[in-house]
Amino acid sequence: MMKENKQNTLIWLGLAISAIVPLLLPNHITVLTYIWVMIILALTWDMLGGQTGYTSFGNILFFGVGMYVCAVVQRDMFSSGLERFERVSEIVVNLSVSEYFISLAIGTISGAIVAVILAIILGSGILGMRGHYFAICTLGLGHAAAEITSGIEYLGAGSGMVAPLYPSEFLMGKEVFYYYSFLLVAVATFFLFKKIYKSQFGLALNAIRDNENKAESMGIHTTQYKIAGWSISAFFLAIAGAGVGNVIGFIDPVEIAFSGPTFGVWMIVMAILGGKGTIWGPVLGAIILYSAKETFWTYLLGWDKVALGLLILIVVVYFPKGILGYFKDKKQLSDSVLSPKGEG
Amino acid sequence: MNLLNVKSVDKSYGGVIANHDVSLNVPEGKIVGIIGPNGSGKTTLFNSIVGHHPIDSGEINFDGKEISSLTIPKIARLGMLRTFQQTHIYGKMTCVQNMQISSDIDANWKRIFNPFSKEVDEMVDELLAFVGLYKKRFLLAGDLSFGQQKLLEFAMSLMKKPKMLLLDEPTAGVNPTLINGLIDRLRQVNEEKGITLLVIEHNMRVVMNLAEHIYCLANGTMLADGKPDEIQNDKRVIDAYLGN
Ligand SMILES: Nc1ncnc2c1ncn2[C@@H]1O[C@H](COP(=O)(O)OP(=O)(O)OP(=O)(O)O)[C@@H](O)[C@H]1O
Ligand SMILES: [Mg+2]
Repeated sequence: MMKENKQNTLIWLGLAISAIVPLLLPNHITVLTYIWVMIILALTWDMLGGQTGYTSFGNILFFGVGMYVCAVVQRDMFSSGLERFERVSEIVVNLSVSEYFISLAIGTISGAIVAVILAIILGSGILGMRGHYFAICTLGLGHAAAEITSGIEYLGAGSGMVAPLYPSEFLMGKEVFYYYSFLLVAVATFFLFKKIYKSQFGLALNAIRDNENKAESMGIHTTQYKIAGWSISAFFLAIAGAGVGNVIGFIDPVEIAFSGPTFGVWMIVMAILGGKGTIWGPVLGAIILYSAKETFWTYLLGWDKVALGLLILIVVVYFPKGILGYFKDKKQLSDSVLSPKGEG
Repeated sequence: MNLLNVKSVDKSYGGVIANHDVSLNVPEGKIVGIIGPNGSGKTTLFNSIVGHHPIDSGEINFDGKEISSLTIPKIARLGMLRTFQQTHIYGKMTCVQNMQISSDIDANWKRIFNPFSKEVDEMVDELLAFVGLYKKRFLLAGDLSFGQQKLLEFAMSLMKKPKMLLLDEPTAGVNPTLINGLIDRLRQVNEEKGITLLVIEHNMRVVMNLAEHIYCLANGTMLADGKPDEIQNDKRVIDAYLGN
């Protein structure tokens, strides 16, 4: 198909630019890193929220869990620094290059595994419920996690934790390393999800979205598919969380790890803005929303939240199906007039 | 041998007794009809059989297994599928996708992250042609007419190669000239694929033509059953229809 070819060319072009962009814009590398993070957040939210039609307000849970599990592994794997300090939140561990990356890798994977286990347990409990009831059940997840974490001294309680120092002797700077790491994870997530949505599994998710009663009556174990979908999301979200904790360098239960009003809401808005239920929608939404947020923040200091809110309002009112949905509808109209597909 | 055996099933919704002491047998390989006035409990009986809701009392036996406490997907996977009176299709997916997802995806769950196999795609084309929807295969199912959706839903259930199909008013909303074709296809499915059929039908001509045995429900109870000509001349049945 020509369309597929065109798309692939675009993807490779985009990736090539992304690969050299940190060299061209060294001052904006953190913002660019966050765009990759946002793409992961929006993509993972959309697996249930868009493809399956199950709105979750609690995905931030997996993000925070990944962040905390990774931080603990990084802190404790090569040193038991706990005794040397009065307060956990003040512990800063100094690791050698190999120690840093080994603990980061193991911490990230551990975080992802814990998040998947959580998704399976939680999902078994609440994904048997239909759409709105599930959505309501997820409302408190992030908040509950923040509350619980704030009470655990081992995790620094309300004051949070500090990520280990990036080894300065390593040949690649911290910003550059995390930029490319997130680029890699985002691209991997994108291609994997793209493959999933074209597979039997992906179609099962869509079937649940369109008519869950029918899917059940046709013998599809819908709850199991929903749980599997949520677990896949949790896996990649936790990886993102683990990385973000290190980029910020400081973890806090309310403001960062389980922050509903920022990451938690953004992931939903980005997916809807771009066009939920599509593979490109969340990517587009993430790029636009995060760029807008940064621009507003730079130029409209103080009014940035108002501007962002306004943008969201415009999208919801004028583009309820998102930007891609809007163009898809337009295209379908012209397609049905121009192409003989319907008759073929 | 009876493939389906329903014994003294009771089901009420709050105060409404929808089914009371309902029994029926469906022999393997046969076509059995259910008739009855609106609200007589036909759809409720289907819902009870396929596990849509728990029954208040009674027994339901399918293919030698007691199924009255099993879930919908479990019963479906035993080989008994139903179609709905109000069509149930996946509206935002194409006809082909509707058919593909109706194949037995769990049977080969190790390939669940792969696209559909060639065999599935061939079966999809064959069955879409069988119900006369091949030319519409790339349309969104939600854009089909009601009658076409009924045909699609019928074809979807064939993807699963069921032992038995429960059809809730398959000809309702289907254009009269297409009804004859549909009857032929139902019979063909029964004869060639050996699928046992239990059909709810308001259209007397259709059910008399199709079924070898007919049950008549009225006010939630089994009023009569017998061969088509027996039912046709049964005074209680005539009264039930005229009286309502
Ligand atoms: N979910 C429900 N909740 C409450 N009452 C119901 C429900 N479903 C059906 N009923 C009632 O049960 C009775 C039987 O309904 P049912 O749908 O089984 O009739 P039917 O024979 O299929 O009628 P029709 O020919 O119109 O399809 C009716 O009185 C109906 O109002
Ligand atoms: Mg009915």
